[in-house]
Amino acid sequence: MRHANVEYQGLVRTATADPDGRLIGDDGATLDAAAVRWLPVSDGALFGVALNYRGLLEARLPEFQASPYEKPPENPVLFIKTPNTRNAHQGAVVLPRGERLQPGPALGVVIGHRASRVSEQDALDHVRGFTVVNEFSLPEDSYYRPAIKAKCRDGFCALGPWWVDRDDIANPHDLALILTVNGVEKQRGSTADLIRPIPHLIAELSEFMTLNEGDVLITGTPPGRVDVREGDQVDITIEGIGTLSNTIVTDHGGEAK
Amino acid sequence: MRKARIQYQGDTLTVAVNDDGYPLLADGTALDPDQVIWLPPATGTMFALGLNYADHATELSFAAAPKEPLVFVKAPNAYTGHNGRSWRPNNVEYMHYECELVAVIGKTAHNVARADALDHVAGYTLCNDYAIRDYLENYYRPNLRVKNRDGTTPVGPWIVDRDDVPDPNDLRLRTYINGELRQEGTTADMIFDVAFLIEYLSGFMTLSPGDMIATGTPKGMADVQPGDVVDVEIEGIGRLRNHMVSESDFFRNTEE
Repeated sequence: MRHANVEYQGLVRTATADPDGRLIGDDGATLDAAAVRWLPVSDGALFGVALNYRGLLEARLPEFQASPYEKPPENPVLFIKTPNTRNAHQGAVVLPRGERLQPGPALGVVIGHRASRVSEQDALDHVRGFTVVNEFSLPEDSYYRPAIKAKCRDGFCALGPWWVDRDDIANPHDLALILTVNGVEKQRGSTADLIRPIPHLIAELSEFMTLNEGDVLITGTPPGRVDVREGDQVDITIEGIGTLSNTIVTDHGGEAK
Repeated sequence: MRKARIQYQGDTLTVAVNDDGYPLLADGTALDPDQVIWLPPATGTMFALGLNYADHATELSFAAAPKEPLVFVKAPNAYTGHNGRSWRPNNVEYMHYECELVAVIGKTAHNVARADALDHVAGYTLCNDYAIRDYLENYYRPNLRVKNRDGTTPVGPWIVDRDDVPDPNDLRLRTYINGELRQEGTTADMIFDVAFLIEYLSGFMTLSPGDMIATGTPKGMADVQPGDVVDVEIEGIGRLRNHMVSESDFFRNTEE
């Protein structure tokens, strides 16, 4: 089953999408798709993992042997997408003036119940489902300091359109991720190439920090990030989950919404 | 005025705190501060500063003070309240406290100029931004394994209204382990002050009410061990107590 948070006729409600893509509201009525405003699938904390795809780390190994890194990472390279970054399906993403903006296709793991110190074996019991994440970022030329400026801008983490029940995804480690910009494929990867698979990540993170219900684990972006421009339509499709669409707009200054 | 969040008789309450540190119920009844559970007074994102005191940067062997703020982020799982417990992992060499002034955002801030920045501050609290040196890897440093550990950032006890702190840039900070003074400094030595940091952060992202900016710590680090009582104190703000426990004690009592 696919579950969404939407605003419809002035009300925030939960909905499910049937196999034909029709949205059914929590009162059983069919929602008019054109009148729906999609909301982020979760309001929990958003934890990201960098350098979690094969090929990404290998490409940088010579650099990571040198200063300031001294050696390749031994633990998951983690970051936080702050609450202001939450965005939804069909939301606009602002390209900051004078900067480059890159989408980040990623499989999102939605936590279903509190995970503290869970084993790899039990980790998936704590997962509610999966969603599509577009983890927008300015290009990163360094992994030495926390990437707040690159990753924590308003609207830089789109999640949706919905989350899919865990048991509906037979193997979360064999899903194609495809990025298209204005309908043209620009980036492709597979969750088969995750360096740290999902149970491993949950076990490793929950050793020192609790993952709470509604938190989302952003499992990483495959190699090959591309730049996007004003007016671009950016779609990420993850096999078996759905397609998350966003448009790029320019920062004209002034107050935030 | 000082405001705290407490748990009392099963309810979570936002209460005023009197000059003697007693939480007050709405009807004016003063509660025994040892008979309530003190919660973190704010629960938004915490933006924490690294190397924001020149003497601490030197202590950590950094040749030059940073030219741009070094900011990292904490999520609410990291916070614990006044009189709470934090844990020292087994088999680590060095875990130290960091006494820090925290500005709490009271009004949404986006592209705010330095001159207007303090209009967006509700008040001030303090935190103890514990760090575990053993876990400092050179990736997104300081990383989440050092700085976003469960219950390892005590915050509180309360928020003092902004207008009751006439000069946040001239406050003494002190840390005590088991009553013995171990760290002392002044917020006058901060490299980037609260107003600057609000301008800086709000220049590329929106700050929301309840978000916190932890402004860094002066020099004077020392190791802490299970059993230690660690108090961080800032003149005019308050004194925040934390009880250090071992890893096994911490998780023995929190797991259902």
